[in-house]
Amino acid sequence: MMQTLYDKLWQGHTVYEESDKPDGMALIYVDRHLVHEVTSPQAFEGLRLSGRKPWRLDAILAVADHNVPTTERSHGIADPVSRLQVDTLDQNCEDLGITEFKMTDSRQGIVHVVGPEQGATLPGMTVVCGDSHTSTHGAFACLAFGIGTSEVEHALATQCLLLKKARAMQILVEGSLGTGVTAKDIALAIIGKIGTAGGNGYAIEFSGNAIRELSMEARMTLCNMAIEGGARAGMIAVDDTTIDYIQGRPFAPRGDLWERATAYWRTLKSDEGASFDRVVTLDASQIKPQVTWGTSPEMVTTIDGRVPDPTEVDDAVKRHDMENALKYMGLTANMPINEIYLDKIFIGSCTNSRIEDLRAAAEVVKGRHIAANIKLAMVVPGSGLVKRQAEEEGLDRAFKDAGFEWREPGCSMCLAMNDDRLSAGERCASTSNRNFEGRQGPGGRTHLVSPAMAAAAAVAGHFVDVREIY
Amino acid sequence: MREQQNNFRVEKFHSFRGLVAPVDRANIDTDAIIPKQFLKSIKRSGFGQNLFDEWRYLDHGEPGMDASERILNPDFILNQARYRGAQILLTRSNFGCGSSREHAPWALQDYGFRVVIAPSFADIFFSNCFKIGLLPIVLGTSSIDRIFDEVDSAEGYSLTVNLEGQTVTTPGGEVCIFDIDSFRKNCLLNGLDEIGITLQHTDKIIAFEQKRRMEQPWLFK
Ligand code: SF4
Repeated sequence: MMQTLYDKLWQGHTVYEESDKPDGMALIYVDRHLVHEVTSPQAFEGLRLSGRKPWRLDAILAVADHNVPTTERSHGIADPVSRLQVDTLDQNCEDLGITEFKMTDSRQGIVHVVGPEQGATLPGMTVVCGDSHTSTHGAFACLAFGIGTSEVEHALATQCLLLKKARAMQILVEGSLGTGVTAKDIALAIIGKIGTAGGNGYAIEFSGNAIRELSMEARMTLCNMAIEGGARAGMIAVDDTTIDYIQGRPFAPRGDLWERATAYWRTLKSDEGASFDRVVTLDASQIKPQVTWGTSPEMVTTIDGRVPDPTEVDDAVKRHDMENALKYMGLTANMPINEIYLDKIFIGSCTNSRIEDLRAAAEVVKGRHIAANIKLAMVVPGSGLVKRQAEEEGLDRAFKDAGFEWREPGCSMCLAMNDDRLSAGERCASTSNRNFEGRQGPGGRTHLVSPAMAAAAAVAGHFVDVREIY
Repeated sequence: MREQQNNFRVEKFHSFRGLVAPVDRANIDTDAIIPKQFLKSIKRSGFGQNLFDEWRYLDHGEPGMDASERILNPDFILNQARYRGAQILLTRSNFGCGSSREHAPWALQDYGFRVVIAPSFADIFFSNCFKIGLLPIVLGTSSIDRIFDEVDSAEGYSLTVNLEGQTVTTPGGEVCIFDIDSFRKNCLLNGLDEIGITLQHTDKIIAFEQKRRMEQPWLFK
C-alpha cells in the first residue's frame, strides 16, 4: 500500500488504536514537547493537583516568548501580570527539571524559531506545543501541530495524545518563483485560494519543485501558515536541504547516530503514487507579492490589485464579512493596494524573523530611509542567535541607518501581549501571520506581507511592488 | 482559592433545554473570543467576563478591571436583555479559527455556554472544547440558516440538546441529528478524565517507547 508522508508519520507514532472502529481515536506518541509561558501554567498546575509527573523530561524544551519585552531586559518585565506568567514558567521548569532557555539566555527566542535552530526539531518527530503555529516544524517532515492546555497536560503526563487521524491534502506548487516573491507569498496565495477553513480536517503536504527549491527557513514560513489555511499540520518531505540544515546543530545526532538517522530520514516522503484526499495545484511563476486587505488571512490580493468590492459578491454571509472588514480596516472598495499608506512596520514573528527574512528586508532598506509618515518601524529577530548573526553581518546597521528600531527577540507585535502594539486606527505592514481584529492592538489594522514587501513599504510609506525596487 | 479554580474536572454532560444566542458572523477567531491581554492569567477560570471583549464593551479591557463598571456596547447582540442567560451559542462557519488557546472554550463555558452550534469549526478549537465539557455541534447550513431566522423572530427561543440521542430539537419539533465520535461522546456523558484513560495503557506506552529507543536512539538523551 502506497503511503503518504502523513500516513508514515501517523503509523510510526501509533501506540494504540481503537481497531474495532474505522474512525476511532489513536494514542499517538510525542517525541518533542515545546512549552511556552502562556498555555502551560494551568497544565502544570493540573499535573501537580492530580499528583502526576512529566513522563519524559528530555522530550521537553521550554522558552518564554509571548510576554517578554523587546527592549532592554536587564530590569526584567515591568508589567506584573506578564512577569508572573514568565516567572511561573521559570519556576515550573526549575521544580520539575525541564530544560528552559530563560529570557536572558542568548538562545531565547520565539519557540518555533528556537526549536529548529537548536536541532531540537528533527525529521520524523511528532512535535507538539500549546501554540497553533507548531505547524512550522512540519518543514522537517515532522507531524507537528498545536494543542490546547488540556492536551499540554495530557502530553506532559503520558507522552501521548489521543487523536483522530486527519485527511491528507497535497498542495502541489510547480514552476519557479519570480524574483522578490517568497514563501510568504506562496502561503498567502494558497490561503487566498483554499480559504482559512480550506484545510479544516486535513494535514497538508506541500510538494512540487517550487517547494523543493525553497530553503529550510522558507519552508518553515510556509508550514507556519498551514494553520491559517485551517490545517492543524503542514509538512514537507526530507531532502538534502533538510539534512544540510540540521547537521551540526546542538541537539542533532553526531557520528554513527547521524549516519543512522539520515538513512532513516531520507525515507520520510510520500511514496510515488500515494493518494491524497484532496489535491490543490498552484503555478509558482504566476504568484505575485501578496498583501492582505481585510481581517482574515484569506482576504488577500496581489500588490497590483485593488481592494475588492462587496457589492460584487452574491453570498450574503461573505458580503457581510467583507463589509465588516472594510469598515474595520478603514478602506474603501476598489482602492488600489499601492495607495494604502501605513503608520507602522513590523518585521518579526515566527513566520518571518529568521536570518534570511532579515537579510531580504535589509537588502531593500540598505542606503534608504523610512518615509516621513512611518511613525515606527521595528525589526524583532526570532531569537538571540538570529539577532547575533544579523549583527555580525551588519544587518542591524542597515536597519538602524534606515530609521528602524532593532529589538530583542520575542513574539512582540505579532500579538501585542507585551508593550509593542498598534493604537486604535493605526495601520501596519506586518510580516506576521494573523490580521484578525485587534491582533496587534485594539483597533489596530494589520496588512500581512513578506519581509521584503514590508521593508519596501517602510521606505515608500505605502505599499509598493518590491519587484520594482530590486 | 487558586487550587479550587484549577482543580478542573469535566462534568457529566446532561441533556438540557437552553436559550439560544445568535452571533451572525463567519470565521470568528480566538482573538475575538478572548483577546490576548487576558491570556496572561495563570488560572483557568474567570474568563467569561471578557468573552468577546472588544465587541462587547466600548472601553478597552485589561485584566483586573471590574466588569460591572465597564461600558457595554448596546449594539452587541449578547448585551441584549433577551439573550441573557443563553446556554447555546449559534454562529457561522469556521468558528474558533486562529490560535490553540484553550482560553477560548474556557471563556465560552465560564460565560454560561454549554453548546456551540455552527456549520463548521476550526480543528484545534473543536478538539479543545471536548476536553472541558463544552459541546460543539456541527449542523448543516440550511438548518443553521433556519434556526437563525427562528431565533430572530421569537424571543426566548430555546433548543433542546440531547447528547445521548445526538439530536437538537427546535421549539417547533424539528429534530436535527448531529455526528459525534463515540469516544468523545462517552467521555462527555460520563465526565471521564482522558489522562486517566490514557494511563490505563501505560504498559503499551512503555513498550512503544522502548522500541523507539532502540530504533531511533537519537531521539533520546
Ligand atoms: S510570533 Fe506570533 S504567531 Fe508566532 S508564536 Fe509568537 S504570538 Fe504566536
